[in-house]
Amino acid sequence: MSELVMYEEEFRRIDEELKRLYQLANAKLVFLVDKNGQLISSAGDTHDIDTTALASLTAGNIAATGGIAKLLGQKEFSILFHEGEKDNIHISLVANKVILVVVFDQRTSLGLVRLRVKKSTQSLERIFEELDKKSSIEERDKGLTSPFSEITDEDIDRLFG
Amino acid sequence: MSFINYSTREINCKIVYYGPGLCGKTTNLQFIYKKTAPEQKGKLISLATESERTLFFDFLPLALGDIKGFRVRFHLYTVPGQVFYAASRKLILKGVDGVVFVADSQIERMDANIESLEDLRINLAEYGYELDRLPFVIQYNKRDLPNIVPVGELQKILNPDNVPSYEAIASQGMGVFETLKDVGKQVLKELKKNY
Repeated sequence: MSELVMYEEEFRRIDEELKRLYQLANAKLVFLVDKNGQLISSAGDTHDIDTTALASLTAGNIAATGGIAKLLGQKEFSILFHEGEKDNIHISLVANKVILVVVFDQRTSLGLVRLRVKKSTQSLERIFEELDKKSSIEERDKGLTSPFSEITDEDIDRLFG
Repeated sequence: MSFINYSTREINCKIVYYGPGLCGKTTNLQFIYKKTAPEQKGKLISLATESERTLFFDFLPLALGDIKGFRVRFHLYTVPGQVFYAASRKLILKGVDGVVFVADSQIERMDANIESLEDLRINLAEYGYELDRLPFVIQYNKRDLPNIVPVGELQKILNPDNVPSYEAIASQGMGVFETLKDVGKQVLKELKKNY
């Protein structure tokens, strides 16, 4: 099983990139989710939005669309766009690994969102490439202390009371 | 696939409830949702048909507490049990860290149990997982119904490897948390082993 591991530095860079995208695309909300539905990071006004549920449903959406693509002999549909009455949502794959989601309204346009997403995708792809490298080096050298190195079976038992 | 975030100090794991149609997967999640403190849970999302049959999945995020400063979160999913939702069922298994198989104890559902367990093995294999190597718990549900198969026989047919198993009446909550705790512990111990 391959775990997605996120380190401080890459997390900060991802966060900055999402904030940049949020501002430059004039979006309402930007977030990044892994393909299994776990929220990685977000930018924008999230206080009255259940981002955990949003992340899981977005991943479900990408998974279902990916299933349709395969049935049609396509590798994947890399961009999804849903138009709402007020808000719209633009969903795209980054490095075939994580999902970038932009929620926006009439203050911006689909064209601008697409353009900015394209630029951010390139930056994010670089970050994830480096993250991959770093994880495998850490894995090999066991350099960074894993949270599990200190966790005992008793700790785990205690968590479940 | 678990997600370990050193920056936010979180460990996220995915647990999938699998089993034949109407065996009580959603009922398990509903009971967990009902009995968990508000600060420990997120919304229970159900993508269901009008007749309340699961169409795609149910989803419940749970934060059980901290271990050594890391917040441990479990994302619980159910699959749609009905045979013709095979494609959706497979999608949910992607990245799974632990599996609960909910068996329907009724005599007339034995074939469905066997078929669903086989379907689980095949779908996992397509992602390169082996059920025997995953954290895995079997739950014998509906023990309150009159026409049920004795546990010994269920064990023989569905659980020849003798993985942890629990009798349950999910609608009343019996066995629900025991099942969850067991699979949760197994998932964390597995992560610890591999990490």
